[in-house]
Amino acid sequence: MGPVDYIPRIRDNYARLGYKTYNWVVNADTPPWAPLRKPLPQCRLGLAASGGIYLTGQVAFHYKDDTSFREIPTDVDTKDLRATHFAYDLSDARTDPNVVFPIDTLRRLVRERFLGSLAGRFYTFMGGIYSSRRVAENLAPRLTERFLEDGVDAVLLVPV
Amino acid sequence: MTSARDITRAVNPPRAAFLDFPLGHTAGKPHDPEMQRQIVAGALSSFETMTAPGSVKELPFRWSEDEEWKAKAFAEGDDRAPRHDTPQYQEEEDRRRAEGNGAPACPVCRS
Repeated sequence: MGPVDYIPRIRDNYARLGYKTYNWVVNADTPPWAPLRKPLPQCRLGLAASGGIYLTGQVAFHYKDDTSFREIPTDVDTKDLRATHFAYDLSDARTDPNVVFPIDTLRRLVRERFLGSLAGRFYTFMGGIYSSRRVAENLAPRLTERFLEDGVDAVLLVPV
Repeated sequence: MTSARDITRAVNPPRAAFLDFPLGHTAGKPHDPEMQRQIVAGALSSFETMTAPGSVKELPFRWSEDEEWKAKAFAEGDDRAPRHDTPQYQEEEDRRRAEGNGAPACPVCRS
Protein backbone atom coordinates (compact mmCIF):
# COMPACT_ATOMS: atom_id res chain seq x y z
CA MET A 1 0.00 0.00 0.00
CA GLY A 2 1.30 3.47 -0.85
CA PRO A 3 1.59 6.33 1.63
CA VAL A 4 -1.57 7.79 3.19
CA ASP A 5 -2.81 10.80 1.24
CA TYR A 6 -3.70 13.07 4.12
CA ILE A 7 -4.92 16.09 2.17
CA PRO A 8 -7.93 14.42 0.47
CA ARG A 9 -8.65 12.35 3.55
CA ILE A 10 -8.73 15.38 5.83
CA ARG A 11 -10.70 17.38 3.26
CA ASP A 12 -13.39 14.69 3.03
CA ASN A 13 -13.45 14.21 6.77
CA TYR A 14 -13.86 17.96 7.40
CA ALA A 15 -16.67 18.12 4.81
CA ARG A 16 -18.50 15.26 6.58
CA LEU A 17 -18.11 17.03 9.92
CA GLY A 18 -19.36 20.30 8.44
CA TYR A 19 -16.02 22.11 8.99
CA LYS A 20 -14.79 24.85 6.70
CA THR A 21 -12.43 23.71 3.90
CA TYR A 22 -8.81 24.04 4.97
CA ASN A 23 -6.46 25.98 2.73
CA TRP A 24 -3.35 23.83 2.53
CA VAL A 25 -0.05 25.56 1.88
CA VAL A 26 1.00 24.88 -1.71
CA ASN A 27 4.32 26.23 -2.95
CA ALA A 28 4.66 25.72 -6.69
CA ASP A 29 7.98 27.53 -7.11
CA THR A 30 11.31 25.72 -6.96
CA PRO A 31 12.46 25.95 -3.34
CA PRO A 32 15.62 27.88 -2.47
CA TRP A 33 18.79 25.82 -2.24
CA ALA A 34 21.68 26.22 0.19
CA PRO A 35 24.32 23.51 -0.27
CA LEU A 36 25.95 22.10 2.85
CA ARG A 37 29.38 23.74 2.98
CA LYS A 38 31.23 21.04 4.90
CA PRO A 39 30.89 17.33 5.63
CA LEU A 40 28.40 16.29 8.35
CA PRO A 41 31.16 15.26 10.80
CA GLN A 42 32.21 18.92 10.82
CA CYS A 43 28.72 20.40 11.06
CA ARG A 44 26.87 21.86 14.02
CA LEU A 45 23.22 20.83 13.85
CA GLY A 46 20.14 22.71 15.03
CA LEU A 47 16.69 21.18 15.41
CA ALA A 48 13.08 22.37 15.45
CA ALA A 49 10.32 19.90 16.27
CA SER A 50 6.57 20.48 16.25
CA GLY A 51 5.43 17.59 18.44
CA GLY A 52 4.63 19.73 21.50
CA ILE A 53 7.67 18.75 23.57
CA TYR A 54 8.40 20.84 26.67
CA LEU A 55 10.68 20.51 29.64
CA THR A 56 9.09 20.03 33.05
CA GLY A 57 9.16 23.46 34.73
CA GLN A 58 8.35 25.21 31.46
CA VAL A 59 4.85 26.38 30.51
CA ALA A 60 3.13 23.69 28.43
CA PHE A 61 1.61 24.56 25.05
CA HIS A 62 -2.03 25.47 24.76
CA TYR A 63 -4.14 24.11 21.94
CA LYS A 64 -5.40 27.26 20.27
CA ASP A 65 -2.91 28.39 17.62
CA ASP A 66 0.01 28.57 20.05
CA THR A 67 2.88 30.16 18.12
CA SER A 68 5.26 30.18 21.08
CA PHE A 69 8.30 27.92 21.20
CA ARG A 70 10.39 26.37 23.96
CA GLU A 71 14.13 26.23 24.18
CA ILE A 72 15.43 22.78 25.16
CA PRO A 73 19.10 22.55 26.23
CA THR A 74 20.72 19.72 24.27
CA ASP A 75 22.27 18.29 27.44
CA VAL A 76 18.75 17.78 28.80
CA ASP A 77 17.91 14.68 30.81
CA THR A 78 15.46 12.86 28.50
CA LYS A 79 13.27 11.85 31.44
CA ASP A 80 12.45 15.55 32.09
CA LEU A 81 10.83 15.91 28.64
CA ARG A 82 7.03 15.99 28.28
CA ALA A 83 4.70 15.94 25.28
CA THR A 84 1.42 17.78 24.76
CA HIS A 85 -0.53 18.18 21.51
CA PHE A 86 -4.20 18.24 20.55
CA ALA A 87 -3.93 16.36 17.29
CA TYR A 88 -1.88 13.16 17.57
CA ASP A 89 -1.78 10.11 19.83
CA LEU A 90 0.75 11.06 22.51
CA SER A 91 1.18 7.63 24.09
CA ASP A 92 4.46 6.79 22.35
CA ALA A 93 5.95 10.32 22.56
CA ARG A 94 5.29 10.29 26.32
CA THR A 95 7.18 7.06 26.92
CA ASP A 96 9.96 7.80 24.39
CA PRO A 97 10.20 11.47 23.30
CA ASN A 98 12.78 10.44 20.67
CA VAL A 99 9.92 9.50 18.32
CA VAL A 100 9.21 13.20 17.74
CA PHE A 101 12.30 14.84 19.31
CA PRO A 102 15.36 12.67 18.47
CA ILE A 103 17.60 13.98 21.22
CA ASP A 104 19.25 10.71 22.29
CA THR A 105 19.52 9.68 18.64
CA LEU A 106 21.38 12.88 17.70
CA ARG A 107 23.66 12.76 20.77
CA ARG A 108 24.57 9.25 19.71
CA LEU A 109 25.31 10.38 16.14
CA VAL A 110 27.70 13.00 17.58
CA ARG A 111 29.43 10.34 19.73
CA GLU A 112 29.79 8.20 16.61
CA ARG A 113 31.31 11.19 14.76
CA PHE A 114 28.55 10.97 12.14
CA LEU A 115 27.81 14.59 13.09
CA GLY A 116 30.17 17.28 14.34
CA SER A 117 28.14 18.73 17.20
CA LEU A 118 24.71 19.86 18.30
CA ALA A 119 23.71 23.44 18.95
CA GLY A 120 23.49 24.24 22.67
CA ARG A 121 19.70 24.40 22.41
CA PHE A 122 16.97 22.92 20.27
CA TYR A 123 13.50 24.39 19.70
CA THR A 124 10.07 22.88 20.07
CA PHE A 125 6.58 24.12 19.40
CA MET A 126 3.14 22.66 18.98
CA GLY A 127 2.12 22.20 15.38
CA GLY A 128 -1.41 22.11 14.10
CA ILE A 129 -1.34 25.91 14.06
CA TYR A 130 -4.40 26.65 11.95
CA SER A 131 -3.07 29.91 10.53
CA SER A 132 -0.15 29.29 8.17
CA ARG A 133 0.23 33.07 7.95
CA ARG A 134 1.06 33.22 11.67
CA VAL A 135 3.69 30.53 11.18
CA ALA A 136 5.25 32.26 8.18
CA GLU A 137 5.17 35.78 9.63
CA ASN A 138 5.75 35.14 13.31
CA LEU A 139 7.04 31.72 14.37
CA ALA A 140 9.36 30.89 11.46
CA PRO A 141 11.25 34.23 11.46
CA ARG A 142 11.80 34.03 15.24
CA LEU A 143 13.18 30.50 14.92
CA THR A 144 15.39 31.51 11.99
CA GLU A 145 16.82 34.33 14.09
CA ARG A 146 17.69 31.83 16.83
CA PHE A 147 19.38 29.44 14.41
CA LEU A 148 21.52 32.27 13.04
CA GLU A 149 22.43 33.25 16.61
CA ASP A 150 23.26 29.63 17.44
CA GLY A 151 25.68 29.41 14.51
CA VAL A 152 24.35 26.14 13.08
CA ASP A 153 25.38 24.73 9.69
CA ALA A 154 22.16 22.82 9.12
CA VAL A 155 18.78 22.40 10.81
CA LEU A 156 16.74 19.22 11.06
CA LEU A 157 12.98 19.83 11.04
CA VAL A 158 10.88 17.17 12.74
CA PRO A 159 7.18 17.88 12.21
CA VAL A 160 4.38 15.59 13.34
CA MET B 1 11.69 14.67 8.01
CA THR B 2 8.05 13.86 7.30
CA SER B 3 5.47 11.11 7.62
CA ALA B 4 2.89 12.95 5.50
CA ARG B 5 4.31 12.82 2.00
CA ASP B 6 1.51 14.63 0.20
CA ILE B 7 1.49 17.54 2.66
CA THR B 8 5.27 17.85 2.39
CA ARG B 9 5.16 17.73 -1.43
CA ALA B 10 2.61 20.57 -1.34
CA VAL B 11 4.79 22.67 1.01
CA ASN B 12 7.78 21.81 -1.18
CA PRO B 13 10.79 22.28 1.12
CA PRO B 14 14.32 22.16 -0.37
CA ARG B 15 14.99 18.68 1.08
CA ALA B 16 12.79 16.08 2.73
CA ALA B 17 13.09 12.51 3.97
CA PHE B 18 9.84 10.55 4.08
CA LEU B 19 9.17 7.83 6.66
CA ASP B 20 5.98 5.86 6.02
CA PHE B 21 4.92 5.63 9.69
CA PRO B 22 1.76 6.71 11.55
CA LEU B 23 1.80 10.37 12.60
CA GLY B 24 3.56 10.92 15.92
CA HIS B 25 6.62 8.82 14.98
CA THR B 26 8.50 11.04 12.51
CA ALA B 27 11.87 10.02 13.98
CA GLY B 28 11.21 6.32 14.57
CA LYS B 29 9.56 3.66 16.69
CA PRO B 30 9.50 4.07 20.47
CA HIS B 31 12.19 2.22 22.45
CA ASP B 32 14.01 1.10 19.30
CA PRO B 33 17.20 3.18 19.40
CA GLU B 34 18.86 1.14 16.62
CA MET B 35 16.06 1.83 14.16
CA GLN B 36 15.83 5.47 15.32
CA ARG B 37 19.52 5.83 14.59
CA GLN B 38 19.17 4.41 11.06
CA ILE B 39 16.19 6.65 10.33
CA VAL B 40 17.70 9.91 11.56
CA ALA B 41 21.11 9.15 10.00
CA GLY B 42 19.33 8.33 6.72
CA ALA B 43 17.50 11.65 6.82
CA LEU B 44 20.66 13.62 7.70
CA SER B 45 22.70 12.03 4.93
CA SER B 46 20.35 13.77 2.47
CA PHE B 47 22.23 16.98 3.31
CA GLU B 48 25.27 15.48 1.57
CA THR B 49 23.64 13.42 -1.18
CA MET B 50 20.74 15.52 -2.48
CA THR B 51 21.48 17.89 -5.32
CA ALA B 52 18.05 18.98 -6.59
CA PRO B 53 15.77 21.36 -4.66
CA GLY B 54 12.43 19.75 -3.82
CA SER B 55 13.80 16.19 -3.55
CA VAL B 56 12.04 13.74 -1.26
CA LYS B 57 14.04 10.73 -0.10
CA GLU B 58 12.10 7.58 0.83
CA LEU B 59 13.44 6.00 4.02
CA PRO B 60 13.26 2.18 3.70
CA PHE B 61 11.40 1.25 6.89
CA ARG B 62 7.99 -0.27 7.53
CA TRP B 63 5.90 0.30 10.62
CA SER B 64 4.43 -3.22 10.56
CA GLU B 65 4.01 -6.22 8.29
CA ASP B 66 0.37 -5.40 7.66
CA GLU B 67 -0.58 -1.81 7.00
CA GLU B 68 -3.81 -1.66 8.94
CA TRP B 69 -2.82 1.63 10.55
CA LYS B 70 -3.21 3.33 7.17
CA ALA B 71 -6.92 2.55 6.98
CA LYS B 72 -7.49 4.18 10.35
CA ALA B 73 -5.45 7.37 9.84
CA PHE B 74 -7.86 10.31 9.69
CA ALA B 75 -10.48 7.98 8.23
CA GLU B 76 -13.51 9.39 9.94
CA GLY B 77 -14.60 11.67 12.78
CA ASP B 78 -12.53 14.07 14.84
CA ASP B 79 -10.60 12.55 17.72
CA ARG B 80 -8.48 15.62 18.34
CA ALA B 81 -8.60 17.29 21.76
CA PRO B 82 -10.60 20.54 22.09
CA ARG B 83 -8.55 23.66 21.41
CA HIS B 84 -8.13 24.90 24.99
CA ASP B 85 -6.37 28.22 25.39
CA THR B 86 -4.73 27.28 28.70
CA PRO B 87 -1.47 25.28 29.01
CA GLN B 88 -2.14 21.55 28.67
CA TYR B 89 0.32 19.87 31.02
CA GLN B 90 1.22 16.20 30.73
CA GLU B 91 1.48 15.97 34.53
CA GLU B 92 -0.04 18.05 37.34
CA GLU B 93 3.48 18.16 38.78
CA ASP B 94 4.59 20.05 35.62
CA ARG B 95 1.91 22.68 36.26
CA ARG B 96 3.04 23.18 39.85
CA ARG B 97 6.66 23.52 38.75
CA ALA B 98 5.85 25.95 35.94
CA GLU B 99 3.60 28.10 38.11
CA GLY B 100 6.28 27.97 40.82
CA ASN B 101 8.62 29.49 38.19
CA GLY B 102 6.14 32.35 37.77
CA ALA B 103 4.17 31.06 34.76
CA PRO B 104 0.69 32.54 34.39
CA ALA B 105 -2.17 30.02 34.53
CA CYS B 106 -3.51 31.38 31.25
CA PRO B 107 -0.84 33.11 29.15
CA VAL B 108 -3.27 34.20 26.41
CA CYS B 109 -6.26 35.25 28.54
CA ARG B 110 -7.17 38.91 28.38
CA SER B 111 -8.19 40.54 31.65
